Amino acid sequence: MSRLAIENARIVDPASSFDAVGTLTVEDGRITGLTAGAAAPVSVPGGGERVDARGLVLAPGLIDMRVFTGEPGHEYRETLASASAAAAAGGVTSFVLMPDTLPVIDDGALVDFLIRRAKATASVNVLPAAAISRGLKGEEITEFGLLKEAGAVCFADGRHSIQSSALLRAAFSYAANFDMPVVHHVVDRGLTGDGVMNEGTFASVLGLRGIPAEAETIPLARDLELALLTGVRYHAAQISTARSAEMIAGARKRGRNISCGVSINNLALNENDVGGYRTFFKLSPPLRSEDDRQAMIEGLRAGTIDVIHSDHDPQDSEVKRQPFAEASDGAIGLETLLAAALRLVHSGDLELMTVLRALTQRPAEILGLPSGRLAVGAPADFILVDLDYPWTASEAGFRSKSRNSSFEGARLAGKVVATYVAGRKVFDLDEEGRG
Amino acid sequence: MTAPSPTHAEPGTSLPGNFPRFSQKHLLGIADLTPFEILELLDRAEAMIPISRQERKSLPTLAGKTQINLFFEPSTRTQGSFEIAGKRLGAQVMNTSVKTSSVSKGETLIDTAATLNAMRPDVIVVRHSAAGAVQLLSRKVGCSVINAGDGAHEHPTQALLDALTIRRHKGRLNGLTVAICGDIANSRVARSNLLLLGALQIRTRVVAPKTLLPRGIESMASEVFTDMREGLRGADVVMMLRLQHERASGKMIPSVREYFRFYGLDAEKLSFAKPDAIVMHPGPMNRGVEIDPAIADGSRSVITDQVEMGVAVRMAVLDALLADRNEPTR
Repeated sequence: MSRLAIENARIVDPASSFDAVGTLTVEDGRITGLTAGAAAPVSVPGGGERVDARGLVLAPGLIDMRVFTGEPGHEYRETLASASAAAAAGGVTSFVLMPDTLPVIDDGALVDFLIRRAKATASVNVLPAAAISRGLKGEEITEFGLLKEAGAVCFADGRHSIQSSALLRAAFSYAANFDMPVVHHVVDRGLTGDGVMNEGTFASVLGLRGIPAEAETIPLARDLELALLTGVRYHAAQISTARSAEMIAGARKRGRNISCGVSINNLALNENDVGGYRTFFKLSPPLRSEDDRQAMIEGLRAGTIDVIHSDHDPQDSEVKRQPFAEASDGAIGLETLLAAALRLVHSGDLELMTVLRALTQRPAEILGLPSGRLAVGAPADFILVDLDYPWTASEAGFRSKSRNSSFEGARLAGKVVATYVAGRKVFDLDEEGRG
Repeated sequence: MTAPSPTHAEPGTSLPGNFPRFSQKHLLGIADLTPFEILELLDRAEAMIPISRQERKSLPTLAGKTQINLFFEPSTRTQGSFEIAGKRLGAQVMNTSVKTSSVSKGETLIDTAATLNAMRPDVIVVRHSAAGAVQLLSRKVGCSVINAGDGAHEHPTQALLDALTIRRHKGRLNGLTVAICGDIANSRVARSNLLLLGALQIRTRVVAPKTLLPRGIESMASEVFTDMREGLRGADVVMMLRLQHERASGKMIPSVREYFRFYGLDAEKLSFAKPDAIVMHPGPMNRGVEIDPAIADGSRSVITDQVEMGVAVRMAVLDALLADRNEPTR
C-alpha cells in the first residue's frame, strides 16, 4: 500500500516535546515512525515516495476548534468544500464546525448529513459540533446522546450564548453523563446591549457603544461555578480579557476538566485597529485593549489558555459593507491562522512549541481526538511550514468564498508549504502558486 | 452683539475678506481640522453673516453646483439650515430623506451613495444614525461630503456654529470656561464641541449623572462633574444637551422629574454660573426635561442666535469646500 517518508525536516511535535531534524514515515494514512537524525540513504522499506523537506518545519496538522460555514443554508458565504480548501491552504487538517447554519445542527440526522457531505466534498476532517440548545434558542437542551452517536465531537451554541443558569446547569450535567465536552461562548446579553466594540476611551471617541469586560467575566464566573458543580468537560470558547484569564487559572486549581480558547484576532489585534470604522474588525468578543492582548499572550505562555482558533466566520459584503454598528460580527481566518500566530513567535512573545501546542495537541486532548500529534499509529495529518516565508494576505488570494479578513493587506511571515491529511497531500504551495 | 460689523456687502460673487484656499475635500469631523482651519472657518462664517442680513440674500459663489442633502434621520433644523445656506450661495439643492428600516439601513446607505454619485453632485450633506456612516459614504463617492451628524460620533457644523455664537457674544474664545451638560454619552454635539474647544485649548467641563458619561470622558474634557451646581460654578457658557428621555427613562435615569430636579437648568442652578453666562442648546429642546422654559426663552438664552449662526457656518463650509477649488484667483 502507500508509503511515504518525509526526510530532513525540523520535526516539532508538542505532544512528545520532540523538536529535532529527523524523518517521519507514513503507511496507509497512519504514522509508522518518527526518528531523529539525518535520513539513511534508503529509508523507506519497500520503496514509496520520499520527500526532502530540508529547511522546513514538520508539525502536526492544525485543529481549529471554531469554524463557521454557510452550509447548509448560506452556501454563497462558504461551503464545506470552500472552507476545507481554505483550511488546507492554512495548514488546518481538522476543524470543528459550529452549528449556526440553516437549519441549526441540533438533530442527529443533520450531524449525519454533515459528515456524509464532508466526506464527499471536503479535503480535510470536518468535525461537527452539535447545538447545546434546540435552534440555538437557549431554551431546551438537544438530544446529547443521539447527537454523540451520530458523530458530534462536542456541544456548542456557536455565536449564541445561553443566558439561563438553570439551562446551563442541566446541559452541563447531562453532557457529563455522556462524557462530552461543552464549548460555550460567554456573553451577557444585557450588559452587551447595543455595544459594538470594547468599552473604553477609544469607543467613546468614535461614538460607538462599548461592550464592557464584565459582559464576559460575569457569565464566565457562572459557567465556571456550574462546571465545577457538574464535573462537565467545560471549554470556554473564547476569552478576551485579562480578568477572564485570571478566573480560568483560579478555577483550574479546583477542577481538572476546565479549558479555554482564544481567537487569533484577540491575540494579534487590539481595539485600536477599529480606528477607521473598518467592519472586518467588528468581532465577538470585541478586540480589547493592548493590556488584554498581552494578558492573552501571557495566558498561553503560562498554560492558562489552552487553544488558539481562527474563529473563521465568513460574512458577505452585504452584511459587512455597512456602518460599523450595523454590520455583522465576524472575520474569516483559516488561511491566516498560522501566519498570524507565527507573528507572536517571530516577535519573541511565544515559543514555537507553545503556539503549536495550542493549535494541535491541546484541541485534540480537549476533544479526545487521536490526531494533533506525531505518534506512531496516529492519523498522518501533518504540515510542512516555511517559518519565514514572506507574503501579504490579500483578498484575491483567499480560497474562502467570503473576503472579510481582519488581516487583509497584512504582511506576514510563515506559510504552509504542504498539508497532508491521512497521508494524502491536500495542499501544495508550489502547485497552487506562491503569493 | 459685540462682533465687528463688516461693511454692507453688495451682492457679488466673492466672499468679503481674503481667505486662502481651504485644503480639505470633506468635512467629516472636527477631529480632522487643525486649530488654524477651525479659526479660519469661523472667520469665513463671520463674513457670511451680513449676506443673510441684507435684503438680497445672495452670494452666488456656488452657482451651477449641485448640493444633495441626504438625511437618514429626520431633522428640520439642520436640513433646513444646509438648504438655505446652499441656496444663498446659488447652488442647486436637492433634499433626500431616506426612510430606513432597521434591516436595510446599510444597504440603503451604500446603494444610495452610488446612485447619487452617478448624478454627479458637487457636495453631499449627510446625516445618519450610525457613527462612521458618513466616513464610509465619503469613500464611495467622488464629490465632497459634509457630516451633518453621524450617530454619537460628530456633528462638526454644530460645534463651529456654537463656537461662532460664543465668540460673538463674549468677544473672544480664549480664557472662557464652557460647561456642557446632559446626555454626554449619546451626544455627537458634545463630542464635536469637546474636540473643537479642546483644539483651541479652551477649558471644558462636562456635567452629567454617571450613567450618561461615557468611559474615558476624563481624557476628552478638562473637568468632569456629576453635581450640576459645582459644574456650573464660574462658567462663562452653559451648553445644554437634549435628553432622549423616551429612550433613557427607567434605564439611564429613573424619571424625567428626577432628571429635571438634579440636571435640568433652572434659575437656581444657573445662578452658580457667572452673572453674564450665556445659555445654549443645539435644539430641539425638551422644555421641562433638561431646561426650564423660563431659561430657554429668557434673556441669557442665545439659542435663536445659534440658529442664525448655523446658516452662516454652513455657507462658510460649503464655500470653503467647493468655491475655492474653481476660483484659484481669489
